[in-house]
Amino acid sequence: MVVWTDQERAFIQDIFSKLNYEDAGPELYCRVLIVYPWTQRYFGGFGNLYSAEAIKSNPMVAAHGIVVLHGLDKAMKNMDDITVLKGLEKALKNMDNIKNTFTALSELHSEKLQVDPGNFQLLGDCLTVVLARRMTTDFTPDIQAAWQKFLSVVISALTRQYY
Amino acid sequence: MSLTAKDKAAVTALWAKVSGKADEIGHDALSRMLAVYPQTKTYFSHWKDLSPGSAPVRKHGKTVMGGVGEAVSKIDDLTAGLLNLSELHAFQLRVDPANFKILSHNILVVLAILFPIDFTPEAHVAMDKFLSALSLALAE
Repeated sequence: MVVWTDQERAFIQDIFSKLNYEDAGPELYCRVLIVYPWTQRYFGGFGNLYSAEAIKSNPMVAAHGIVVLHGLDKAMKNMDDITVLKGLEKALKNMDNIKNTFTALSELHSEKLQVDPGNFQLLGDCLTVVLARRMTTDFTPDIQAAWQKFLSVVISALTRQYY
Repeated sequence: MSLTAKDKAAVTALWAKVSGKADEIGHDALSRMLAVYPQTKTYFSHWKDLSPGSAPVRKHGKTVMGGVGEAVSKIDDLTAGLLNLSELHAFQLRVDPANFKILSHNILVVLAILFPIDFTPEAHVAMDKFLSALSLALAE
């Protein structure tokens, strides 16, 4: 059972309140596809991913980054609501019940999308870098610790339905 | 995964821009590693003070980045160039190689914080590959 201190909750909510999804979402996926090119295998339907320039200007890449961030945000906003929603936003809104909130998403990623769970960590690391660029020195070591704890809980919930 | 000529050029170029703040980068990366991954503190139980800003953390951050700088200069043959450091980490310090990955991640985070414009996706991938290659050379 994950225990969140008041300070950790405040840190996570603060990060999301300042995050511009339309701006950070595209950057997130660009970085994932450029820094870990083997992840491109999951996005065959996205069209041209053949160069860093192509990735940066691909609208499907940008849109998907935003979807993922909304997933995290919803988790935060529905702390007591275990209705299944999309993406990382959900985890934020359901910080006290991330495990159950992500049951359907976990099944989606394992059975339908067949994503190797190692990739969740890569995405998390890229998101941390994206946040660091935006928040610069506001991204203190304590805030980074709370953020990475939140990410590891989300990743663990997403991996739960894999067998 | 080996470094292409393009990767090496990107790393060298980025290093030229950031090396002036090497001490600060090392100190910040180490502070974050100790804060975000508390299990790493076990390697530093002989320090009196493990908090950010403390003298041992600052000094060690500087030492670590000195090693990174040395690696940049020996980028064409990291294994040979880092042999002494590898032996130190393996036989004397006995560092679990998984920790190199942790510190590398924190170096990337600090670079993103201090150099948000220069730390483009291209610089990010080159640096990530370089630090992985460095870690591999140390683990050998």
